[in-house]
Amino acid sequence: MSNEATLHSQEVIHGAAHAHDHGHGHDDHEHHEGGFISKYVFSLDHKTIAKQFLITGIIWAIIGAFFSVLFRLQLGFPDATFPWLESILGHWAKGGRITPEAYYALVTMHGTILVFFVLTAGLSGTFSNLLIPLQVGARDMASPLMNCMSYWAFFLASVVMMSSLFVQTGPASGGWTAYPPLSALGDASIGSKIGMDLWLISMALFVVSQLLGGLNYISTILNMRTKGMTMTKMPLTIWSFFFTAILGVLSFPVLLSGFILLLFDRHAGTSFYLSDLFVAGKALSNEGGSAILYQHLFWFLGHPEVYIIILPAMGMVSEILAVNSRKPIFGYLAMVGSMFAIVILAFLVWAHHMFVTGLNPFLGAFFVLLTLLIAVPSAIKVFNWITTIWRGNLRFTTGMLFSIGFVSTFISGGLTGIWLGNSSIDIHLHDTYFVIAHFHIVMGVSAFFGTFAGVYHWFPKMFGRYMNNTLSYIHFWATLIGAYLIFWPMHYEGIAGMPRRYYDYSSWESFKQFNDLNFFISIVVIAVFAAQLLFVFNFFYSIFKGRKVQSTNPWSATTLEWTTPINPGHGNWPGEIPEVYRWPYDYSKNGKDFVPQTVPLSPEEEKEGH
Amino acid sequence: MSGYLAVLVVVLIFVVIFQIAKASEYVSILKGEKKARQQSNRVNGFLLIIFLVLGLIGVYYCHNALKGKIFFESASVQGEGIDNMIVWTLAITGIVFIVTQILLFWFSFKYQEKEGQQAFYFPHNNKLELIWTVIPAIALTILVAIGLRHWFRLTSEAPKDAAVVEITGKQFNWLIRYPGKDGQLGRKFFKNINDANNPVGQDWDDQLNKDDYMATEMHLVVGKPVKLIINARDVIHDVGLAHFRLKMDAVPGIPTTLWFTPKYTTAEMKEKTGNPDFVYEISCDQMCGSGHYSMKANIVVETQAEYDEWSAKQVAQYTVAHPAEAPAASPAADSTKVVASNLAK
Repeated sequence: MSNEATLHSQEVIHGAAHAHDHGHGHDDHEHHEGGFISKYVFSLDHKTIAKQFLITGIIWAIIGAFFSVLFRLQLGFPDATFPWLESILGHWAKGGRITPEAYYALVTMHGTILVFFVLTAGLSGTFSNLLIPLQVGARDMASPLMNCMSYWAFFLASVVMMSSLFVQTGPASGGWTAYPPLSALGDASIGSKIGMDLWLISMALFVVSQLLGGLNYISTILNMRTKGMTMTKMPLTIWSFFFTAILGVLSFPVLLSGFILLLFDRHAGTSFYLSDLFVAGKALSNEGGSAILYQHLFWFLGHPEVYIIILPAMGMVSEILAVNSRKPIFGYLAMVGSMFAIVILAFLVWAHHMFVTGLNPFLGAFFVLLTLLIAVPSAIKVFNWITTIWRGNLRFTTGMLFSIGFVSTFISGGLTGIWLGNSSIDIHLHDTYFVIAHFHIVMGVSAFFGTFAGVYHWFPKMFGRYMNNTLSYIHFWATLIGAYLIFWPMHYEGIAGMPRRYYDYSSWESFKQFNDLNFFISIVVIAVFAAQLLFVFNFFYSIFKGRKVQSTNPWSATTLEWTTPINPGHGNWPGEIPEVYRWPYDYSKNGKDFVPQTVPLSPEEEKEGH
Repeated sequence: MSGYLAVLVVVLIFVVIFQIAKASEYVSILKGEKKARQQSNRVNGFLLIIFLVLGLIGVYYCHNALKGKIFFESASVQGEGIDNMIVWTLAITGIVFIVTQILLFWFSFKYQEKEGQQAFYFPHNNKLELIWTVIPAIALTILVAIGLRHWFRLTSEAPKDAAVVEITGKQFNWLIRYPGKDGQLGRKFFKNINDANNPVGQDWDDQLNKDDYMATEMHLVVGKPVKLIINARDVIHDVGLAHFRLKMDAVPGIPTTLWFTPKYTTAEMKEKTGNPDFVYEISCDQMCGSGHYSMKANIVVETQAEYDEWSAKQVAQYTVAHPAEAPAASPAADSTKVVASNLAK
């Protein structure tokens, strides 16, 4: 499509959008001058908001990953000094070696940033926003204003979290789980002073953002589907975003309540979590609280949170595997059913993070049972993905490669969950590097692979251009190989009982034999970080200079987003929203490469009873 | 200077990669989209199968390289069950891992796009789906059943004759208290804590406290069950016993317990591991502040005779806290010796 044609179609779209939401009374007739703020900053267009989430997420990901490079330097080179560290961290790296306080701050921020800001906001924020209206056939979200507010609440949360990095006593440093009493008492840890307050405020804003977004996603999916788009004709991506939003809406408020009680304990003299404490040379007056209560409230979100992270990745991978295998996803209903089972079980397993807190063993038994039960729907999904590529006709686009990588790492990391979910093994492996290996592979690397797959696959929809293929392939292979080299050997450290969150192992007779391995891992971390910078470069370069997309449907996919113009304006479709007649996975059916959802059923298909 | 050089080298590598990437994009445009796709498809399909083969070799190599760094024999009787569980779980998950990874990458390689190849329209199959729902469910039920049997055994009440040792976590070391000859720990209250001479806050009015003594190392008798009473003074800690395969959180205000039977003395472990410096270490396994990584105490597992000799030398904390009454306390110390020598006989 020529530039003129694109411009023309944009005008048409603007007209349509205007007609659509005339009730809002906003005024963007001129789309080059004057509209900058409403078009790029406080935009109500779900596609722009998606890009805002994505780019903010990328910035956070670079920061979070860079923090891991810094603390890996300490673990890999415990005796070395790096003068440049002092130049960037000041007294937090006196003499070129990170101090323990800085190390714990970096570890805590790495976790917080990656779990919440990147893999929650950056992942589901981006793709729920981009794909829900496009794939269900809506002009925008149910409430574009709430959607916009959701991003800006996230932005505010980001600003507060970022500012906590610069306060004199440093950011929160009690781990991303922020267990009290450590996180409640400034005297117990320097990171529990003002940094912890900023952390809690930022997280509260983050919860607000999640609720605004989540409610919007749910109402859009339930109410704004185009004609013919019944729930069972929705792509699995939409199902996954739907379940993710439900999980978030039901569990984030519990986290918030836990944080509010923590704020009270910090500043209002209450004793929800505090009892029998002797800190900094004096006994505190708090009595009767339970530090374990916080852990229950935290993990009531904390466990669903890992599914909030992984479900969108699962949905996108299902879609991308089907498109690039030129085959329907195997077992559509089983996929939806297993996601539903995961959602229900996600609320019933939180105490498996607490097997060694002195939990009643009888209660623990139920959590073992329910935790291992969750492996069943996960196994179904894996087998279905593998069957999807079986006898397909596979195109290895980068999106496809990352999807295959996702399945591989999801298997590797998921299987070790069966170890840890069994409480008797967990007694030995809890809080060791085995746990680090497990969750980094299954919800860190896998979720990132899902994100990358999504970015590469939908980049043409977002920006009307392709990303550079060679750079993408290098990025994929470096990341897949690197991720396994980093996290696979950590299982062995964990089986030896090596605890996580240690600044230095050299004085431990039981763990210092792993110094060489830690050195090796740190080297790989640096290399993999560099490979991610290639992706970042490729991403931003391709927005402006990438090869232009020539057809509206570059991957020959069936779903609705590919029926929009190459650069859709606000409102998505220039004319009527298309009607849907069939499920989204009619690939290679009856000799046809693919049949878009908008094509009515043929008489033979009618007879088959669709 | 070398720092700048390193940065320069990295930037140069980036530039080279970028130029190659740009050039190859032009080449692929010249070749035509379809041809370029076929080519990159073949390359990536090949790489996927290579990754599978090298990956599996890598798993094997990694195992051989690292297994020597783990002393995979539990030093406690209770830990044997955990090791046993690990072996079974490893066998089951290992088989699933190898089979699924092979299928995934082999299918990827085998079914890569080929001219004239038609994908098979295969939307679902109830029988297959039922099979791979039921088989994992059965396998997991078995693992749950074995796991819970061990779990209830591990968390059961300690035997009546178990020795009792109290361990209290504080930033950043462990406070170890023995009940003394009466075998019972005296009362304590956190407001009595005084770092100078009463680190756990013993209540001196309680007679049971008169013979309790504090130790910097934990001494245990080989083959004799011991019950740990676990506490924390300031934040949550965790008693990590890597060689015994056990751990338990230390929570302020909520005492927890853990019991086990050490199998080998420290001396025996030195021989078994071939490490003359071997020592049982208690690590703190719950993030507790800036000194978390250095929060260590040693355990000495020894024979009854060695233990008795050691314990006879310990001075009650009451005596430490009340030096003025020292003469009055000395007969008590003597009687400890008598009891100890009686036990030794």
